[in-house]
Amino acid sequence: MSGSRFEERLRAWRERHADRLVPGPVDARTATGIDVAPLYTPADLPAADREGLGEWYLERLGFPGEAPFTRGPQPGMYRERPWVMGMYSGRASPAETNRRIRSLLERGQKGFSVALDLPTQVGLDSDHPLARGEVGRVGVPIDSLRDMQDLLAGIPLDQVRQIRTTANAIGPIAVALFVAAAEANGHSARDFKVMFQNDVLKEYVARGTYIFPPNRGLQFSVDVVEYCAKELPHWEPIEFCGYHIRDSGSTAVQEVALALSNGIAYIDAALARGLEIDQFAHSIFLFLAADLDLFEEVAKFRAARRIWCRLIGEHYGAKHAESCALNIFCYTLGSALTAQEPLNNVARVAYEALAAALGGVQTLATSSYDEALGLPSDEAVRVSLRTQQVLAFETGVTRTADPLGGAYYVEFLTDRIEEAILAYMERVAAQGGSLAAIESGWVRQEIEDEAYRKQRRIEDGAQAVVGVNRFAEGREAHYAAMPAVGADTEAEQLERLAKVRAERDARRVARTLAEVRRAAVEDRNSVPPILDAVRAYATIGEIVGELAAVWGRHGKGF
Amino acid sequence: MARPHRVVIAKAGLDGHDRGARIVARALRDAGFEVIYTGLFQTPEAIVKAALEEDADAIGLSILSGAHMHLFRALLALLERDGLGHVVVFGGGIIPDVDREALIAEGVGEIFTPGASLDAIAGWLQARLESAPAGT
Repeated sequence: MSGSRFEERLRAWRERHADRLVPGPVDARTATGIDVAPLYTPADLPAADREGLGEWYLERLGFPGEAPFTRGPQPGMYRERPWVMGMYSGRASPAETNRRIRSLLERGQKGFSVALDLPTQVGLDSDHPLARGEVGRVGVPIDSLRDMQDLLAGIPLDQVRQIRTTANAIGPIAVALFVAAAEANGHSARDFKVMFQNDVLKEYVARGTYIFPPNRGLQFSVDVVEYCAKELPHWEPIEFCGYHIRDSGSTAVQEVALALSNGIAYIDAALARGLEIDQFAHSIFLFLAADLDLFEEVAKFRAARRIWCRLIGEHYGAKHAESCALNIFCYTLGSALTAQEPLNNVARVAYEALAAALGGVQTLATSSYDEALGLPSDEAVRVSLRTQQVLAFETGVTRTADPLGGAYYVEFLTDRIEEAILAYMERVAAQGGSLAAIESGWVRQEIEDEAYRKQRRIEDGAQAVVGVNRFAEGREAHYAAMPAVGADTEAEQLERLAKVRAERDARRVARTLAEVRRAAVEDRNSVPPILDAVRAYATIGEIVGELAAVWGRHGKGF
Repeated sequence: MARPHRVVIAKAGLDGHDRGARIVARALRDAGFEVIYTGLFQTPEAIVKAALEEDADAIGLSILSGAHMHLFRALLALLERDGLGHVVVFGGGIIPDVDREALIAEGVGEIFTPGASLDAIAGWLQARLESAPAGT
C-alpha cells in the first residue's frame, strides 16, 4: 500500500490538521501506559492484511473532519475537546430557573437548556383559560421580555458555550426574546450563541406543540433560519429533530429518515428565499436519540453523517466542507426508562450515553433516572451529569476518534442502516415530500404503527425490559407527589404578567403589534417586527394572536 | 346483538405527548370497542361534548403534564352537570399515588400508570362496562 492514494491522503490529513491532533485535555495513554494515537486506520494493520482496504476506506469512512465524515465532524474529535454536556433544566418561575442554571454552571457545565412550559410553547399567555394548571409545570413560563430578563439575570453569557431552548412553534419570538433580553442585561447577541430547536414539522407528528397550519409553521421556522443566516450567523437556528419521532415509538431508521425529510423541507424553503446552502448548513444540528441497542445506535450516528455529507454536498451543491460536516445533538431516550425500579435507569442512561460517545455526537444531554416518574429531582439531575463526566473523564472513550471504526460488525450495521434510511426517505418523497406526508396523516400513521408493534413486543416478552417483563419482582412503581409548582407559581406569574401589562406603553405595544400583522399579510420575515414588539413588552400570546388572525390555527383544540 | 361499547379517548390540556393515548385507543379497538380519539388540546367541555355526541360509555383521559387534578375534576363536574354521571371515566399518565387515590375516591374509575399492560386496560374496561350494560 505504500505510495497508494490512501497513504497519500492519510499523510495529507495528518499534515493539514497537525495542530488539532495533539492531545488536548485528554490523557492519551491507556491505564497501563500504552500511547494512543488520534486515529486508527488500515495503516495500523500489518502490511499483508491491509492490501486492498485503502479505496474502501476512503469511500466509506474517510478521515475525521473530512468527507464523508463517517468518523466524525472534527479531525481530533473528543481529544480536542469532549462533547458539550447539556442538561434539561427549567421549571417553575424564571427566578427559580435562573438559580438552577447558575448552580449547574458553577458545577462545571458549559451549556444549559431553557425548557419552556406548555402555554409558552403553544403561544398562550399564562392568563389564558387553557393555560390553567399548566403554568410553570414542565418548564419556565415566559410571557414577555420581563420574564426573559429575569431568567438570564446574572448569567455570564459570554462564558457559556451553548444555550438551548425548546421553542418550536414560536421560534421567531424566542429569537427576539433572547436578543432583547441580552441587550437589556448589558450583553450583545454577538457575545453568545443560542441553539433553537425550531423544528415545528415534527410537532405535527410527534410532540404536539403546534399553533399554525403546517405550511405556515414551516414558514415561521424558516424565518429564524433566514434571520440568523443574515444577522446572527454564529447562532444555531434549527435542529432537525428525530428524537421526538423516536420517543413517539419509531424505529432508528424512521427517526433519521423523517428528521432529514423534514430537514429537506426547511432547506428547500430557505433556498427559495434566496439563501445559499453554505450560509446556513453549517449551523444546523441533527437532534437524535440514543437508545439501548448499542451497536445499532452507533451505526445510526455514523450513517447519519455519511448521508448528510452526500445530501448537502452532492444534492445541494455546498462548497464549504463545514456545511457537509454534520453536528449531532443527542439526548438519551426518555421512553427507554422504566417507572419500575427506577435506579435501573442509571445503568440504561449510561449505556445510551456510551452509544452516543462511540457514535461521535457533539452535544449530549442525559436523562434523569426518575424521569419516568415525573420531573427530575435535583439528585437525579446530578447523577445524570456525573454519568457523563465519568464517561468523558474516566473511561478513556475520548482518546481516539471513532474507536469502533473498521470493526466488521459496526461497518456492516452502518451500511445497512444507511441503506434503510435512504430507502425510507424515498418513501417520504413518494408521498410528495414531508409537508404533504404530514398533512395527509401518513407520517403519523407510520409512527403509530411502529409504536403499537413495539408495545405489543414488550407485552408478549419478545423485547426484554429488565424489571418489567424479565426478572420482574412484581414491585409496583410508586409515583411520588409532584413538586408543588401549582397554584403559587401560577398566581405569582399572573401577577407579574398583570404588572407588565399595566406598566408598559400601550400605544407602542399596539403600534408594534400592528406591524407584526402587516408583515404576516405581506409574507415578510417576521423576526424584525416581532423584535420591536418584544422590546415594547408585547406578550407572546398577543404576538401569536396577530399572526393567527392572518394564518389561522391548526387542529380543533383551540 | 348488543352494540359494542363506545369509548372516547382524550388528550386534555396542552400536553402533546399522545403516544400512550394512541396506543391505548388502538388496543381498545383491537379488543372490540368502538373508539373515538379526540386529538390534542381538548378542554373538559369539548371532551364532554364529544362523549355526548358519540353516546360514549366511557372516557379515557391521558395526561402527562402534571395538570391532572384540575382536568379530571373539571371533567367529572361537567359530566355530572350534563346528566352523564353514568359515563365511566378512567385515565392514564404519570399520576402520583396520592393524586391517584384522591381521584379514584372522587369518582374516577381507574388510573393506569406507565407499565400497565394493554390487555389489563382493555380487560378492566370490559369488566367495568359489563357490570353496567351499555346504553343504560
